[in-house]
Amino acid sequence: MRGVREIYPFERPAELDSATRSRLPVIIVGAGPVGMAMGLDLDRHGIRNIILDDDNKVSIGSRAICWSKRALEVLDRLGCGERMLDKGVTWNLGKVFFGDRKDPVYGFNMLEQEDQQFPGFINLQQYFVEEYLIDEIDNSELTGIRWENEVTAIEQTTEGATVTVSTPEGDYKLDCDYLIAADGSRSPIRKMLGFDFGGETFQDHFLIADIKMKADFPTERWFWFDPPFNRDQSALLHKQPDDVWRLDFQLGWDIDREQELKPERVARRIRAMLGEDLEFEFEWVSIYTFQCRQMDRFVHNRVIFAGDAAHLVSPFGARGANSGLQDVDNLGWKLALVLQRKAPARLLESYNDERVTAAKENILNSTRATDFITPKSKTSRIFRDATLELSPDFEFARKFVNSGRLSIACILDDSELNTRDRARYDCTLVPGSPGIDAPVTIDGADSWFMKTIRDGFTGVYFAQEGSSAPDGAAELETDTIPVKTVVVAGDSGADAGSMVDYKGLLRQRLDGQAGTYCLFRPDQHLVARWRSFDLRTVRNAVARATMQEQMA
Amino acid sequence: MRNKLHTEPRIHDPDDFYARLIGLHDGLSSDQSHDLNCKLILLMANHIGDREALDEALDVVRKYRPQT
Repeated sequence: MRGVREIYPFERPAELDSATRSRLPVIIVGAGPVGMAMGLDLDRHGIRNIILDDDNKVSIGSRAICWSKRALEVLDRLGCGERMLDKGVTWNLGKVFFGDRKDPVYGFNMLEQEDQQFPGFINLQQYFVEEYLIDEIDNSELTGIRWENEVTAIEQTTEGATVTVSTPEGDYKLDCDYLIAADGSRSPIRKMLGFDFGGETFQDHFLIADIKMKADFPTERWFWFDPPFNRDQSALLHKQPDDVWRLDFQLGWDIDREQELKPERVARRIRAMLGEDLEFEFEWVSIYTFQCRQMDRFVHNRVIFAGDAAHLVSPFGARGANSGLQDVDNLGWKLALVLQRKAPARLLESYNDERVTAAKENILNSTRATDFITPKSKTSRIFRDATLELSPDFEFARKFVNSGRLSIACILDDSELNTRDRARYDCTLVPGSPGIDAPVTIDGADSWFMKTIRDGFTGVYFAQEGSSAPDGAAELETDTIPVKTVVVAGDSGADAGSMVDYKGLLRQRLDGQAGTYCLFRPDQHLVARWRSFDLRTVRNAVARATMQEQMA
Repeated sequence: MRNKLHTEPRIHDPDDFYARLIGLHDGLSSDQSHDLNCKLILLMANHIGDREALDEALDVVRKYRPQT
C-alpha cells in the first residue's frame, strides 16, 4: 500500500513548564477537516484558538473523496479552494447501471447552473485536503495544531470548560470559553460527557478498494445495481487524482471479514469488475458498515459539537465531510460575535437549530438512498427493480432511482434569523439560501460573486445607473456589526470597486431588478432582501440575524 | 377528509378492464406478477401525479393492512 505521508512532530507545550494555566477563547478537539476548518474560520474572525489532536498524521486512505460546491466555497474562504480545484478531479456527470444491461438506465448532471467558480463536485483524497488546511494553519496568526495532545478529561463550568491534556511528556490543563468537539464519529468528548448518539447501524458491509491504475474510464460517477460481477449487490466506481480510483462493493451482512479483506480475493473482485488483464496496485482497502446517528442537540452550554462527532450518515450522497464544513460555516461567525460581546449567547442556539435541522435532512436523504440501494424486503426489492427497468423508457421512473442524493447546500428557510420577503422575487433563492455564484468583474479584473460576499455581513445593491451605493449605506459600515455594501453597476459604467455583472447572470439568479438590496450573512446565506434600500430596515434585519433586540 | 381521490365509479366497461388486468398476469408466477403490478402502480401513480390524491389512496389502502 502507498501513502507515506508526513509525521507532524510533537512539540512540548509551554503549559508543561508553567505554573499558571492558560485560557483561550476557543479550544477545538480534533484536527480533521472539520476541526482544522473551524480553527481557520475563527482565525479569520479574529478569534484565537488551538486545535488539539491525539495523533500525529493526516488521515490514512482516501476516506472522504467527494467535495461539494458549497464545501469548496467554504474552503475557498479559508484559502484552500483553488488548490483543491487544481488538484481534484472535477465531475458533474453520474451514470446508473442495472443488471446485465450494457447501457446506463439513467444519467444525471450535478451542475444545473453553469458559470460558477466551483463545479458540483470534485474528487480529492481527504489527506490532500487535510494537508492543504495544515499549510493554511501554519501561515495563520491565531490558530495552531498541537499534535499528540489528547484530551483525557473535560469539566464544564458556567463560564467555560477545562480540559486535561495528555502528551508524551506529561499532562496539563487548559481553560477555554468555548470548546468545539470535532473529534469524529467516536467522539471521546461526547462519551466523556455522556451524551446519546441515537440512530441505527445498517446490517450491511461495504468493501472500499482504492486502487491505482491507468484506465480511460470517463470522469463520471458510475453506480451499478445488481451487476453481473456483484450479483444482488451494488457497486461504485469513481475517479480520484493521481490515477487513484475508488471502488465500492456491497457485500451483504453475512460475510467473513478476514476472508473478504485478503488481497487476492479483493483482486479477483476488481478483475471481475474491470477486466481480467487489469494491472493495478492497492492504495487502501477497508470494510465498513454504516450508521445514521445524530445527537439531539449540538450545543451543550460551553461545549459545541460539529461534524461526525455530532451527526453521522451513510456515505451515499457525500453528506459527511460536506455537512461538517457547513457546520463550520454556520458556527464561526456566530461564535465570534458572541465572544466579542456583539451578540447574545443565544445566537448559538441558531447554530443548534439550523444544523440539527440540516443533519436530520441529511440522515433522511441518506436513509432513503440506503433503502433503495439495499432493499429491506422482497417487495421493496421488486419495486426497486421495477423502477430501474422502467427507467430507460420513462423519465418519471428515473426520478425515483436513488443511488445517493448528492449533497447540496442546505437551505435555512425556516431559520428565525431570516427576515421575511415583502415583495415577490422571480428566482430560486429564498431567505436562508446560500448565494448563487456568477462571473463578475471588479475594476476590470475577472472574479466571482461568491468571493465578494464573504467578509462579514454584505449587502448587494443593484444600481439603476452608474454604481453609487444607496444613500445611508455608508453608515452601515461603522455599525457595531458592520455591513459592507457591494454595488452591482447599472447601465452607465462602473466606478472603482463596483462589480460588473457582465453576463447578466447575477441579476437573473438574484432577480436583481434595479434598486434591489440583498443582505447576506457572513456565511453567505441570504437573510433578507428588499426592492429598495432603507437604512433602518437593514439595521433591523441585521439585529434579527444576530438575535439582538429589534431597534425601534 | 377525502376530496382529491376519486372513489366513485369512473371506468368505462369495468368487466372488460378487469378481464384485461387479470389477463396481463396469465401464465406468470407470483413473483413475475408482483413485478408487473409494481410497474403498473408506478405508472398509474405518475399519471395521477397529485400528491394529495396519492397520499389519500395510501391512507385508504393502509386500512386494509392486516394487523401485525
